[in-house]
Amino acid sequence: MNYFPDEVLEHVFDFITSHKDRNSVSLVCKSWYKIERYSRQRVFIGNCYSISPERLIARFPGLKSLTLKGKPHFADFNLVPHDWGGFVYPWIKALAKSRIGLEELRLKRMVVSDESLELLSKSFVNFKSLVLVSCEGFTTDGLAAIAANCRGEVNLGALERLVSRSPNLKSLRLNRAVPLDTLQKLLMRAPQLVDLGIGSYVHDPFSEVYNKLKIAIQRCKSIRSLSGFLEVAPHCMSAIYPICGNLTFLNLSYAPGLHGNKLMKLIQHCRKLQRLWILDCIGDKGLGVVALTCKELQELRVFPSDPFGAGNAAVTEEGLVLVSAGCPKLNSLLYFCQQMTNAALITVAKNCPNFIRFRLCILDPIKPDPVTNQPLDEGFGAIVQSCKGLKRLSLSGLLTDQVFLYIGMYAEQLEMLSIAFAADSDKGMLYVLNGCKKLRKLEIRDCPFGDAALLEDVGKYETMRSLWMSSCEVTLGGCKSVAEKMPSLNVEIIDECEQMEFNLDDKQKVDKMYLYRTLVGHRKDAPEYVSIL
Amino acid sequence: MAFAKDLNLDATELRLGLPGTSDESAKNQTPATLRSNNKRALPEESMSSNATASKNCNQETAPLPKAQVIGWPPIRSYRKNNLQPKKSEGEISGIYVKVSMDGAPYLRKIDLKVFKGYPELLKALEDMFKFKAGEYSEREGYNGSEFVPTYEDKDGDWMLVGDVPWEMFTNSCKKLRIMKGSEARGLGCVV
Repeated sequence: MNYFPDEVLEHVFDFITSHKDRNSVSLVCKSWYKIERYSRQRVFIGNCYSISPERLIARFPGLKSLTLKGKPHFADFNLVPHDWGGFVYPWIKALAKSRIGLEELRLKRMVVSDESLELLSKSFVNFKSLVLVSCEGFTTDGLAAIAANCRGEVNLGALERLVSRSPNLKSLRLNRAVPLDTLQKLLMRAPQLVDLGIGSYVHDPFSEVYNKLKIAIQRCKSIRSLSGFLEVAPHCMSAIYPICGNLTFLNLSYAPGLHGNKLMKLIQHCRKLQRLWILDCIGDKGLGVVALTCKELQELRVFPSDPFGAGNAAVTEEGLVLVSAGCPKLNSLLYFCQQMTNAALITVAKNCPNFIRFRLCILDPIKPDPVTNQPLDEGFGAIVQSCKGLKRLSLSGLLTDQVFLYIGMYAEQLEMLSIAFAADSDKGMLYVLNGCKKLRKLEIRDCPFGDAALLEDVGKYETMRSLWMSSCEVTLGGCKSVAEKMPSLNVEIIDECEQMEFNLDDKQKVDKMYLYRTLVGHRKDAPEYVSIL
Repeated sequence: MAFAKDLNLDATELRLGLPGTSDESAKNQTPATLRSNNKRALPEESMSSNATASKNCNQETAPLPKAQVIGWPPIRSYRKNNLQPKKSEGEISGIYVKVSMDGAPYLRKIDLKVFKGYPELLKALEDMFKFKAGEYSEREGYNGSEFVPTYEDKDGDWMLVGDVPWEMFTNSCKKLRIMKGSEARGLGCVV
């Protein structure tokens, strides 16, 4: 390959777009590494502390789109203190100083200050797209620097004019503050919309506005994605029916006001649905309607409408079995339910061998199979055995070490595993670490895993992005040992109660440990209560 | 203790077995179902009086107490916050209709969503306007009173309240009028 001119290789590499593939290409030889790095435009950094902005810029001078992720996943559930880290400012500052022509920035679980947004808006001439998922730290002042102000006081006239001037507007999401007649006017001006989010959908079905709205909606033949309905008058949903037949994504997970027959009637119109996000007030019966109607369904997410009212969750194993039987293309699941049985999971595994993501959350986290009173080991075992392409798994319910034996044995493609209130001993964790060769992220809470499991194979952690363990049995001494043996890892102890200050006993159990591989050593921005060993 | 039996401590004892089982029967279960495990006790359990005794018992049987475990269930805060105003959802999407009564100086407004059916609606109207509606029957309408509840439907017609199923009524009712006296006779009222 040495006698191929660089331009030819570059042209070939243009066809290689996935991050994994480009990473592989860069490892072939020095010349490929060089050509690849100059031609790379999109970079994905799964942990912002694994590398520094300076090194990123040095390696990829042609960078146009950067994706950064900050806090660990469990931060979504309030297990990580707010100021733990994940600040985007140093990245924007470094990129602004360089000659990088940044066009897109995608951030997940990062802290984004108003200052960062201001700097961002001033520094990149060709900047086109900012995507923030689960970020925090900014106010409307910051957002105003990037785009027209759209939070808080909504200037409806300005919004209408903006939409009129945007013939290419594809996505429009409105909050509660936008009244119905504005919605109707906006839709009339933007019939080319592909993605619509409706905040408030409450109106008098006999009014002039409602009639106009019906007409406006019917004109929007391109809408494929619908969400919102934060406030909803269920008896007015019939106006939506004309566009339901084209929908591929329907997100009703913010609409507790929509349930029962009205919800089922709506779903019955959505024959082309590929992704459905819904609340559990749809019930098992409603999921039966989904199973009969949505034959193209690939992704289902059922969220709890009453998270703490144990016993009030309206879906059980029955709903899941119905969907698995009716929707053969199902490959991604997030399911919050009241209970689950081994028999149901075994049936689901048989019906749907194509799962890539399987996340089950039984609201009572240590609940056994209510029919047999057994742990759910066999059920989840069937899932991992049948779904050979499974990449992400979240477990719940009563589980012993046995389920981890199955996971280690069968889950060959597993990249992310979330465990809570499970297992009997260190063996559980060892089965996983020894068996799952492709494991990248492991997050564990409230399990009896201790130093023996943690220290068995510390080299493994270098092959992973990160490991989170909270409320387990690992000790300070065990964590120190990992840090000593593996200088390429940052081992962080998060100690909000500052117990570690006063008691530096190695035998002390660690409340929260987060370790991750890194090329740039200890980070300098950790707060007081985080010790990096 | 002599008075222990009177207090029936067994019945009020906090433990993790299913109601009706005792620790004795739990121990007789097969090893497969009853495994003493090293599982960490859930935070609530350490606060119950039977903490140490129950730690080694099979924890399978009882559901978690409603006290919340931090970070569980694993949903993002904005989803939890969005669900709280479930009650006010109804308020905002309520069906408010005007209610007039013949001879009354001003009209009132009520939210039809608040009621589950006709009996509740009629009671509320009776309370609001201080009258009695009489017995409803399909054949004869409202018997025994000079007041008759009526409503204007989507087509603009004046209908007797109570003839159609409740859901259909709430969907089609535009306004309510409590007719009185001779006018009411036309709707089948027998005074």
